[in-house]
This record gives sequence, structure tokens and C-alpha cells, in this order.
Amino acid sequence: MSEPNAAVSANKLMDFLKELGPAFWIVVAVLALLPVVGGFLLNDYIYHLIILTLMWSIMGMAWNLLGGFTGQVSFGHAAFFGTGAYTGGLLAFKLGISAWYGLLLGGFVAVALGAVIGWICFRLRGPYFALATLALAEIMRLVANNWVDFTNGPMGIQVQRTFTTKLPYYYIVLTLAAVTYLVIRAVIASKLGYYFVAIREDQDAAEAMGIPTARYKRLSLYFSAFFMAMAGAFYMVYMGYIDPHVVYALHDISIITIMVAMVGGVATFWGPPVGALIMILIGELFRRLPWAGTAHLTFFGILLIVIIIYMPNGVVGDTHKLFGFLRRPVSRAPGPMTAEKP
Amino acid sequence: MLQVKDIDVFYGDVQVLWGLSFEVHQGEVVALVGANGAGKSTTLRAISGLAPLRRGEIMLRQQPLHQTPGYRIIEHGVAHVPEARRLFSDMTVRENLIMGSLKKGAREQREQSLEQVFHTFPRLAERARQLAGTLSGGEQQMLAIGRGLMSKPKLLMFDEPSLGLAPIVVKQIFEVVRQVREQGVTVLIVEQNVTQTLQIADRAYVLENGRITLEGPCRELITNDYVKKAYLGI
Repeated sequence: MSEPNAAVSANKLMDFLKELGPAFWIVVAVLALLPVVGGFLLNDYIYHLIILTLMWSIMGMAWNLLGGFTGQVSFGHAAFFGTGAYTGGLLAFKLGISAWYGLLLGGFVAVALGAVIGWICFRLRGPYFALATLALAEIMRLVANNWVDFTNGPMGIQVQRTFTTKLPYYYIVLTLAAVTYLVIRAVIASKLGYYFVAIREDQDAAEAMGIPTARYKRLSLYFSAFFMAMAGAFYMVYMGYIDPHVVYALHDISIITIMVAMVGGVATFWGPPVGALIMILIGELFRRLPWAGTAHLTFFGILLIVIIIYMPNGVVGDTHKLFGFLRRPVSRAPGPMTAEKP
Repeated sequence: MLQVKDIDVFYGDVQVLWGLSFEVHQGEVVALVGANGAGKSTTLRAISGLAPLRRGEIMLRQQPLHQTPGYRIIEHGVAHVPEARRLFSDMTVRENLIMGSLKKGAREQREQSLEQVFHTFPRLAERARQLAGTLSGGEQQMLAIGRGLMSKPKLLMFDEPSLGLAPIVVKQIFEVVRQVREQGVTVLIVEQNVTQTLQIADRAYVLENGRITLEGPCRELITNDYVKKAYLGI
């Protein structure tokens, strides 16, 4: 019995690897070898930027599964990020267990939270769903801020950092990002991917085709929440300090996560990593300017408007527009589903 | 085959259907005709489980259908070709058709059904790898019907298949409805195009403001003075 099954899954794995293509392995290999080969190029600051980029990639990819592929735009993903961070932090703070366990455990706590949020918010559609998620993330922030006995409130939680150098964090977050990419890619390649996109395209029609839309929207949310929380837990162990205003932030987490996905390319696989890189670089650029202050947020807003108008599929989805002046015009723009999955 | 008994449907506080009752027998083509806002589409949405009933019941072969969640209706052999096509526009033609054959029973016959649909609509075969959103209106309607047929339905419900199409395409679509019926599928069709619908259907119900005001065999309705004046413009 097991042999034919094993053959089928081996075949499926081969198909998946073929579809995955070389780009993923090249990027991972380059990043993995960078410290070995090009160590002289790197200092702590550069490491920090790459680590943040990879962390934001995870967050963007997590959001993109729910918001991009399944079409359920969330304005409250900080709820899951913060929950992951606080799961790790509280393990150390309350129980004296290593905060590293938060990477997995935080994910599961976020899935449980996702069950509650999904139960409440998936009764609503479109903008109403988005607003409900926004409100719930704000509620989480206020609870974390005021429930001082449990969360230490606005004083936050401080955890001793495990490593004094950046290098271990670099490899850990690279692994997490690679795993996130592979899992999301595999989910979209499976029948789940078809169901998710069908729900995005037309929920009623999907329901009439026999897809239990409520169940699959929740499933998409669980995957999304898990990886978002994993990034949050990583933030905890990497930064060593969290407080409610940082990890449950509306603009610094929820909105920037959406921007990472939108700037890079909604419903593309490489969009969130590219978006994360662009956002981190722009953020750092503005930090360098002495007169800018927090004006980078203004610039992010302008960037978002420009992207929505001129590149609605993001940098990855609309690459042909970016380099269009170098080439002959392309006759037909591929849609988000077919762009990377013909 | 299908019995709708005394149903009330509300959108929020607004009552759309008022004690609506009608029947569709095995092998028939039944039409629901009426003006905009009469509640025709809502009736189909209620049968498909997309609009909840406040009162009344919907029976399919003596089984209550209104207690079945929307995504399971298709398992009972009821397929809905929704108004304005409602295709998955960022998926290809082929992918759209595959989405129509998710239920057990249809999945095993997927390749066969695909061939059959491509035989009925050669245009779809030509465009199998094209995105559904880039098809013309008529092709989209064919795809929506093809997607409905992929589930091997016993009852196929058409919601305004002629909407927004050129007269010549409308003719083709009605021809397809006839073919579907010849394959042994029972048809419930909702239309504003009363003249043509009454020509292909066996019986019809006239819907006005959420109530049925007239019913009967189509050849009688065509000659009915009220129908002539109100819907046929004679």
C-alpha cells in the first residue's frame, strides 16, 4: 500500500521542485555564502539590515498568503506579530524558559488567536473585514498595555540576548525565511492555492463550486498568523526588548507589512522579499538625513500612492513596466496567478 | 424534482421574496421571468444556499435543500450559472472549468467532462490557456455554462444568460440551453428576455415584486393579454 503512495508523493515533490526553479536556491545560496566569502564587505550594520529585510520578508509573505492570494486584506497583522513576540517574551519573563521556544509556540498561540479573530471577522467582507482586523489588533495592543500583571504593560519585557554577534541571528532568520517561502509556495501549488485564489476572485462563485469558503479562509488565516507570529518571536529574541507600542503597532507593523507586500507585488512569490528590501533601504536612507525626522512615513505614503497608480502589481508583478523603456513593449501583462505559474 | 414552498427572503430588513412557491419537474425547462428587482436572482441564490430563508422550505427530491450549507448544494446535483458570469478572471479558461468539477463524482470524470465541454464550445478549447478575464462577453458566458456543466448537474440554473450580449450571441446561448436539456439535464432559467425565454421553456412563472403573479405553460403565457402588454410589448 505504502509504495504507490510514496511514488505519488515523490512525483509531486519532483513537480514542485521543478516549478520552484533555480531562483530560490540561488538566492539562498548567495545569502548563505555571503558571510563566508564576502565577510570583509559586512559589518554589524549591514548584517542588521539584512536580518531586518529577511524578517520583514517573512511578515510580507505571511500577509500576502491571506491578503494577496486569498484576497482577505488584513489591517491588523500586528496582532499576530505581537502575540508571537509576547509568547516568546513571556516564556522567558514568567516561566524562565528560553524565549527561543516562542518561534514555534508563538505560531501556535497566534493560530489560536486567529481562530477567534477569524470567527469574528470572517462574517464580514472586503473593507469591513479589514476594519475589523484593525480594531482587533488595537484591542490586543491596549490589553497588552494595560494588563500589567501579565505583560508588564508599557514597561515591556527585556530578555537577555543569546548571542553577542549578528552572525547566528543572520543564519537563523535566513532559515526561517527560506522555510516560510517554501511552505507558502507549496501551499499555493497544492489544491489549497486554487481554492484560495477562487475565493479571492469570487467568493459566492467559489461557494457555489463546492468550496467551503469559510473553512478555507480560516485555513489561510492560520498559515498567515503562524508565520507572522514566528517573525514576531524572532524579533523578541533578536532585539531583546519588546513593549506593546512596538510589537502591536498599527503603522509600524500592520501597515508596513501591507506596504512590503504591495510595493513588492501582491500575490507574487518574490514580491514580499523585494518589497522588504526596498522598504528597509528607503527607511535607512531617510534615517541618514538629519532634517528628515520621521518624514520617512510621509515618503512611504507617497510611495504607496505612486505604486498603486503606476504599478498596481508591485515591483515584481510589473517588472516589465520598470524595464519597459529598455525593451519593446510587452503586449499582454500576465496576471498575478500566471506571472510565476504558467 | 425541485419544490420551492412558500419562501420569504430578506436582505437585511428589506423583504425581497414574499411567500414564493413553484415547482420544477424532472426533464423540464422552467423559466422565471420578470422585471428588474422582481426577485428572480434572489430566488436562485436562495436555492443555491447563498441567501438564507426566513420562512418556507426548498425540497429537492423530497430532501430539504435549505438546511444544506452553500458549498454542499452542488453535491446534490444542483449547479448555478450565476448572473454576470462570476468567473475567476485571473485563472485560465481551463482552470475555471476544473473549478467546476471539485465535487466527488465529477472529479473522476474531469477529463471526459472537459472534452465534452470543449466539444460543445470549440471556442473555449481554442482559448483554454487564456485568462478568463480576457474573453469576450459571449465567450465568458459559454465558460460560465461550461463550468456549470463540469459538475455533472441534474439541475442547472441559469441566471440571465443573455445579459449584455449581442443578439446573435444570445441566440447561441439559448441554443446551448436547448442542448443542455437534450442531455437530460433539468433547467431552471431566470430571464428578462421574455420573448426568447418563453420559446425555449416548457412552463414559466411571472415574478413581480417578489411574488408570483402568473404561471402556466409557455404557449399559453405567450398569448396571455397581460404578458403581451407588460413584457412582450405587443
